[in-house]
Amino acid sequence: MRNRQATQLMFELSRPGRQAARLPECDVPGSSTEDLIPSEYLAEAPPALPELAEPDVVRHFTNLSTLNMSVDTHFYPLGSCTMKYNPKRNERIAGMDGMAHLHPYQPDETVQGMLKLLYELQSDLAEISGLPVVSLQPAAGAQGELCALMVAAAYFRSIGERRTKVLSPDSAHGTNPASARMVGFETLTIKSTDEGYVDMQDLESKLDDEVAVFMITNPSTLGLFDQQVNEIAEKVHARGGLIYLDGANMNAILGITRPGDFGADMMHYNPHKTFSGPHGGGGPGAGPICVGAKLAPFLPSPMVAQSEDGYFLDYDRPQSIGRVRSFFGNVGVLVRAYAYIRSHGPDGLREVSENAVLNANYLRSRVKHFLPVPHGESCMHEFVATATDLKKDRQVTAMDIAKRLLDYGFHAPTVYFPLTVPECLMIEPTETESKESMDAFAETLFRVTEEPADLLHEAPHTTTVSRPDEVRAARQPIMKWSATTGEG
Amino acid sequence: MAYLFNTPDEQREMLQAIGIESIEQLFETIPADIRLSSDLNIPAAMGELELTQHMSGLAAENADARSLTCFLGAGSYDHFIPAVVDAISSRGEFYTSYTPYQPEVSQGNLQAMFEYQTLICQLTGMDVSNASLYDGGSSAAEAAMMSISVTRRSKKIVVPETLHPEYRAILETYLLNLGTQIETVSCPQGVLDVAALEAVIDRDTACVLIQYPNFFGQIERVSEIAEVVHGAGALLVAAIDPISMGLLQRPGDLGVDIVVAEGQALGNPMSYGGPYLGIMACREKFVRRLPGRIAGQTVDRRGKRCWVLTLQTREQHIRRDKATSNICTNQGLFALRASIYLAAIGPQGLQSVADLSLKKAHYAAEQLTDSDRFERRFSGPFFKEFVIRDRQNQVEPLLREMSESGFLAGIALARWYPELEDCFLVAVTEKRTRNEIDRWSALMTGTVQLEAASHA
Amino acid sequence: MNPADLKFNKTHEWVHLEASEDGKIATIGISQFAVEQLTDLVYIGLPEVGRTLAAGESFGEIESVKAVSDLYSPVSGDVLEVNSTLSDNLEVFSEDPYGAGWIMKVKVTDESGIDQLLDEATYAKQCAEEG
Repeated sequence: MRNRQATQLMFELSRPGRQAARLPECDVPGSSTEDLIPSEYLAEAPPALPELAEPDVVRHFTNLSTLNMSVDTHFYPLGSCTMKYNPKRNERIAGMDGMAHLHPYQPDETVQGMLKLLYELQSDLAEISGLPVVSLQPAAGAQGELCALMVAAAYFRSIGERRTKVLSPDSAHGTNPASARMVGFETLTIKSTDEGYVDMQDLESKLDDEVAVFMITNPSTLGLFDQQVNEIAEKVHARGGLIYLDGANMNAILGITRPGDFGADMMHYNPHKTFSGPHGGGGPGAGPICVGAKLAPFLPSPMVAQSEDGYFLDYDRPQSIGRVRSFFGNVGVLVRAYAYIRSHGPDGLREVSENAVLNANYLRSRVKHFLPVPHGESCMHEFVATATDLKKDRQVTAMDIAKRLLDYGFHAPTVYFPLTVPECLMIEPTETESKESMDAFAETLFRVTEEPADLLHEAPHTTTVSRPDEVRAARQPIMKWSATTGEG
Repeated sequence: MAYLFNTPDEQREMLQAIGIESIEQLFETIPADIRLSSDLNIPAAMGELELTQHMSGLAAENADARSLTCFLGAGSYDHFIPAVVDAISSRGEFYTSYTPYQPEVSQGNLQAMFEYQTLICQLTGMDVSNASLYDGGSSAAEAAMMSISVTRRSKKIVVPETLHPEYRAILETYLLNLGTQIETVSCPQGVLDVAALEAVIDRDTACVLIQYPNFFGQIERVSEIAEVVHGAGALLVAAIDPISMGLLQRPGDLGVDIVVAEGQALGNPMSYGGPYLGIMACREKFVRRLPGRIAGQTVDRRGKRCWVLTLQTREQHIRRDKATSNICTNQGLFALRASIYLAAIGPQGLQSVADLSLKKAHYAAEQLTDSDRFERRFSGPFFKEFVIRDRQNQVEPLLREMSESGFLAGIALARWYPELEDCFLVAVTEKRTRNEIDRWSALMTGTVQLEAASHA
Repeated sequence: MNPADLKFNKTHEWVHLEASEDGKIATIGISQFAVEQLTDLVYIGLPEVGRTLAAGESFGEIESVKAVSDLYSPVSGDVLEVNSTLSDNLEVFSEDPYGAGWIMKVKVTDESGIDQLLDEATYAKQCAEEG
């Protein structure tokens, strides 16, 4: 049961003189602080952080946590985010002393176990993707995209070609065009057909010798596998371009098909989605990328390599693009991904995808009768339904439905993405949900669509807050507490 | 399989509801010629016990910072992590939730983000913080790109050699394709010389990116640098050590325009390099160019105070190719850990951590430089790290022998600074005891024989 | 101002031209249709006085919570004046888009292209197709 007092801002709970942590007395002889550092460099007082006792801190954050929905507590069918169960065993493993307390600049011979793990993970990710060479460095999927586009730019420079354009479908994540722009590419959008696939005519009209990369998400953000993918790859390759696969939706195809086998030259994984690294309230993720052999020399440094003496970090990569972040990578996330892959093996990974796709199709079969699914006869691991009829008939929006679901104890699906489907709800149950929780969700969703519009417009009704005023938040942004901010 | 629910009976029921016979049929939209015909070539599945034993075996092949005494730093530090940080951040409601797309059921995360932003502003003296980026190095690159956008100057940025070499490498990688030159100022004294900066900065310079305290642990003269930078109409970006804020003047009070930092030291394990968190804060007038998520305060329809993601038009999901950055997922859980750390440690605690690190680092430096073999490479004030020159120029063998004797004794600088091939970097945190420091220096200076001291 | 006296950009900016001693002065704003499409406005980014703009160049941006639009100059010229009261008073855009909602005044330096701007009837037709 929640304690409202403890969920005041920590700054309001602060009382002068309280302190949770007490540090030991200094045990080394020596001078005073002022003798070690000239006073001109010293602050007059430490930063005015809040002053709290340890029970304050615990009660505050514990009560705050109860204001969140999470995978551990709720069905969380947030499309495109693959909110699957996060195994507890992986948390314990990643926290082992020999995993968590390693300094990134320790000599290679003192971290042979870690290097072995990372080396094997490189191999596993290569095998699962069908692309032979892997960099574990990028910190998130978006950084993986960015890094791969930098690799592509370096590749084209090396063969003396100047290519300036990156293509991506209109249904793509915003990270695709944003990443392309950060690498200096011009971005062009390829239309989708009414069926939700890449419009080949539009692609051909925009495909020329200046196109460096076509970024495709397959399965797409509509939850469909684009059968034209081989043909697309052939056309792009014929003009000398590269195919980038946005691996956001890998959960549908583990052990079923591999990007490297359907024409991709490079891709990223989202291990926090596909391989169950917890989402952490918005990260951390990781964004390992896999590439074909001709692109391998350009991958960031270092990579884990093996010699007769054991495993080592290989910095001797003269054509490498360099670095996209400090140190090796988001190793803690990678350790969890490794543990997840080892927990499943080849059969287990295929079963993950089979059941993710089965669950999505089952839920789709229950939902499509009252919320139409405009694209495809079946789906992969997720599907996109639309509330356009409800909006037209009763002014009930996808947002209204999403908000009302919260009242019934379900996290909402992703709404208003992809941008190509109006009033859409993108639903991804994942493989780690039971039939009964999907049945309950479908029944509730139906019930919601029957409820009075007025009730829905003001939903949710049972949560601690309802419909925050986003206009106010954006017009006069308050982005930190100050003594004058006061309580609302 | 490990985490599945569906029994064969349920699978049959579900297939029936869908109107098909087999799961196989669901994959028929994937052309047969690209479907895998054999199993993935990866090792077979392990149950929890087997997995745990396997992973323990791998972990045992690593010598961790609890079996080796750690004097390594350069952006990743062996600071103490209070138990409350682990206890709270391991609550499922925090670590198994996601980006607060539905604010009504994410107030815990949103409020924690708002508190984090406030703490970072308190810590740095800046006006506005985002809710975290990936890490210190990529945050530095984001700050450079933000400076280019704010100043509309894309020709060059200036960095001193005292900026972390990996940060400089990241800047090179990020800026190469945008045609922005990186002018590197050499720093023979181990700090940026203001006159040398004046010689290279011009009206084409978007920003100067310094580190404070710098890569060598030395303290740059930030106010003087700021004056020169602003005189040229450029922005000053500082990459800071958040722990140093317990003692040093805050960048916001010294004229810095954008602060970035590696937030690892705030309650996060070293984890062989990540995940950490990228801290980024700026002056209010630049907020619309700030990358990453921001939580803002508002009221709900009943007038109750609450929090939402705000100023989202900066971000990729709305502005796509014109976004301030491509960042989507950030480091939410590690920003939370930083908040818990700062809340637990408080102002006095932060000052103590900084002060203990400072004093122990100075004690360690004195112990080492008492011998004829070692000297400090640079004079001038330093915080918790310092560069030692080995007059015998035997850095690699020395550090290797020390590691065999149970000490991660320092980081050789030759790989980044050929002119410092006889030097190494030492970091000392509040965790190092006098006993450890004495033993480390005795071994290093040869007052105790290395072999005899082997912990094996 | 009466919309019938204005010219429009396809990108929804309006312009009112008047002669002065040293050439034409253009007053520029955004159309009622654009304001309605964006719904609750939260921010406008204004150009600096003195900036030189080419016709078609982006001079600022206007945002709602979930959408952002670049603003494009219908004319070439130098920015003489901006309506700095707008930032704190965004309701003006919906209350009086063709009057108090003006965004900037530009001294026109090149009149080519002005004849390609739309009259009100043509612009209204375009909006009907978009809406």
